[in-house]
Amino acid sequence: MDLKILYFASVREAMGRSSESLQSDAATLGQLRDALIARGAPYDVALARGKSVRMALDQVMRDEASPLEHGSEVAFFPPVTGG
Amino acid sequence: MHGNMHSRHHKLSMKYPRVAIQAADFNLADEVAALRANDPRVGAVCSFVGTVRDRNDGASVATLELEHYPGMTEKAIEAMIDAAQQRFDIFGARVIHRVGLLQPLEQIVLVAVTSAHRGTSFQACEFLMDYLKTQAPFWKRELTPQGSRWVDARVSDDAALARWGIAAGNSA
Repeated sequence: MDLKILYFASVREAMGRSSESLQSDAATLGQLRDALIARGAPYDVALARGKSVRMALDQVMRDEASPLEHGSEVAFFPPVTGG
Repeated sequence: MHGNMHSRHHKLSMKYPRVAIQAADFNLADEVAALRANDPRVGAVCSFVGTVRDRNDGASVATLELEHYPGMTEKAIEAMIDAAQQRFDIFGARVIHRVGLLQPLEQIVLVAVTSAHRGTSFQACEFLMDYLKTQAPFWKRELTPQGSRWVDARVSDDAALARWGIAAGNSA
C-alpha cells in the first residue's frame, strides 16, 4: 500500500529529507519501522532500535502496534520538547 | 436544538480559534481580554507565559529554533483543550505557541483559561501546560556559541503529566 512518511527534527536531519512517499506491506507502525531499518542507510541510523523514536499515524501519536492503512500518513520524530 | 445558554456559550467560545501556532509575538493582555470578553460567568482567569532562557543545562543559548508538525500540532492541542474541558469546569481556553527563531527574553508559549472560581483555572492551566510539554509535536534546537543541539526531553515533564493520571511516555 501507499504511505506518506514525514520526518521531523533530529530524525529529519538524520534522514536528509522531510518527507517521502513509499510502498510497504507492513501491517503496523512497528513493522514499518523495521522494514525501513532493513533498507539500510539512512533509515538504519535515523530509526535505529534503541533510539527514542516517536510515531504518529494520521496526525495522532500512536504506538507500534497500530495498524496501517492504504494512504496513511506516518510521521517519525524524537521525543517532543515544546513549551 | 440547544438551549440559549449553550448557543450563547458556543458563540463566545468560537469567536476566535482556541489554538494558534505562529512566528509572531503575542500580547497577554489582549489575549486575556478577548478570552473573557462579554462572559459574565467568568470569575477567574489563569494564564501561563513561557519565555526563552539564556541558559539551559549549563550552556549559554543565543537563539532557540522551534519546529512543529503543521496540522498535527494544532489538532493535538485542540484535543488537549477538549480533555481539559471534560476534566475541569472551565469556560474558555487559549493556547498560543510560537515557532521559528526566538531569542532569550522572548515569549514562547501562552496558556490561558477562564472559569468561575480560581482553583479550576489554576488546575486547568497547569494540566494544559503539562500535557503540551510531553504530547504536542514541537522540537527545540538551541543555537549556542559551541554549535547547535537538539534539546532533550525531560523525565520531570513526564512525571508532571503523571500527576494527572496520564502516562506520557515521551522521554523514555
